[in-house]
Amino acid sequence: MSEKSSSNAAVSASDVSFAYGERQALRDVSFDVAPGGLFGFLGPNGSGKSTLFKLLSTIVPLQQGSITMLGHDLARESAAIRRRIGVVFQSAAIDRKLTVFENLRYAGMLLNLGGKELASRIDESMAAASLTDRKADATGELSGGLRRRVEIAKCLMAKPDLVLLDEASTGLDPAARREMWQVLRAQEGLTILFTTHLMDEAAEADRLMLLDEGQVVAHGRPAELMEEVGGQVLEIETPDAVALVGELRTAFKVDAVQIDQTVRIEGEKVQELVPEVMTRFGDRIRRLQLAHPSLEDVFLSRTGKRFVVTAPEPDVKKGRKKRKRS
Amino acid sequence: MKGAIYALWHRELVRFMRDRSRLTGSLMQPIIFYLMFSGALYGSFKPYGMDYSVYFFTGTLAMITMFTAIFSTITVIEDRKEGFLQGVLISPVPRSSIALGKILGSATLSFGLAAIFLALAPFTGIDMSWDRVLPTLGVLALLSIAVAGLGFSLAWVMDSTAGYHGIMMLFLMPMLMMSGAFFPIEDAHWLISWVRHVNPMTYGVGALRHALQGEAPGCPTFTVCLIGAAMFAVAMFALGTFVVTRRRARDAI
Repeated sequence: MSEKSSSNAAVSASDVSFAYGERQALRDVSFDVAPGGLFGFLGPNGSGKSTLFKLLSTIVPLQQGSITMLGHDLARESAAIRRRIGVVFQSAAIDRKLTVFENLRYAGMLLNLGGKELASRIDESMAAASLTDRKADATGELSGGLRRRVEIAKCLMAKPDLVLLDEASTGLDPAARREMWQVLRAQEGLTILFTTHLMDEAAEADRLMLLDEGQVVAHGRPAELMEEVGGQVLEIETPDAVALVGELRTAFKVDAVQIDQTVRIEGEKVQELVPEVMTRFGDRIRRLQLAHPSLEDVFLSRTGKRFVVTAPEPDVKKGRKKRKRS
Repeated sequence: MKGAIYALWHRELVRFMRDRSRLTGSLMQPIIFYLMFSGALYGSFKPYGMDYSVYFFTGTLAMITMFTAIFSTITVIEDRKEGFLQGVLISPVPRSSIALGKILGSATLSFGLAAIFLALAPFTGIDMSWDRVLPTLGVLALLSIAVAGLGFSLAWVMDSTAGYHGIMMLFLMPMLMMSGAFFPIEDAHWLISWVRHVNPMTYGVGALRHALQGEAPGCPTFTVCLIGAAMFAVAMFALGTFVVTRRRARDAI
């Protein structure tokens, strides 16, 4: 899954590995992000995407491999990178006891801004995030969506060339999520890297990398990745999935796969099986669904397991699901 | 870098002033503590022949300095838990300026509250001439930086406020008790006496007594105490800067 590094890429990672003591969180991850691109990392809890995010945001030092961001080597020039990136964390990095204005003011000071430049940067960031009329509000009293906008405004204080978002839309309602993306996409030429476990959000990326257990399992344009899976996906939910898999294989000579209580069949003409399946096994079927492959199907076809997301949290230890394939 | 230090320093002050319960508790607790102990032991306990209200006044100053700084540096753990620290860590400022801002913020609170309490000194009969007040403020500033640096260093490596409280009771409270702040320990058991000599707070409290009372029976000379307090401040400041500049995989969790 490695890609050759590109010298004009906004971000270029090569064979990046990272371990927390004995536990390997990332293994030989490589990718390039084009300037101005929207690049997504999709993976369940424990896939390593948050670790990758923390490496890119310079919070933790690189252990193995190399990363170049905006022309700077991450291992040697992290300070130069920090000046040009904006970061939005999954958990709010704002002070809830302070007002919107104060949060932005302190964020600007941490960027060594002062005087008129600081004032104008605050005004611009608040305007971009539609927060001007909220400047005196305590951030602790704002809704989740507004707080996220404060985060975005804070990240725009740096006038970044590159923005990193770690599950930034987690916990937001659809309207707030849409607003967040509108604010970010309105910034011309901005390169955006984001981690997510939301399929619809991931599908919006120009390029997407699917991670599982610290490894890259798929990488490419979302539409292409879904096309690679095949024509269509037939999902049959049944209480005796193990038996049905065998019977379907025998009856139709198809590569049926059992996952929990569901039987999956992928292929170009699986829709043609539907009438016959209903006739022969209809009384044992709880639900039957025929659909074009989704990103979840991409993950499933590459890993053989469902894309399971537990409660959203950055800890990479949780959310494992046993591989089960008939 | 100056802007970052100012931002973190100022934030500590703003947060403190907005937290009314913390503000009230920090102002009232030492006064109540002082009135209770000095009142209760007034007639029965006269260390080196002086009124306990005078002896304990200096001890209370040391106590205010230590506990205000220590409680203030707990915000490092809260900042990490609430995510604010992550935002600071990815800013382009040197990590040493994070230590500087936080330590100076806590030290300012600690110094400020001790200075307010110092204004009550005339009520105990302590001479408040400028040649006493100015050196006392100087020693308080040194001591504030020292304990703020110590608290910051401990808080930076701790994951929970509960754990920090545990360390405080196990380590910091005995440090204060074994400094002569509350009672003389000059003729104590040899082990306690040894602890007293290696305890940096002994020199801070001694310097405070010399500066404020003009005498410090049972303590090393003013010069020795002052050097000890200054070394304590420099060492803790350096320790705070050292712990914050290390980047570890643990920071990611």
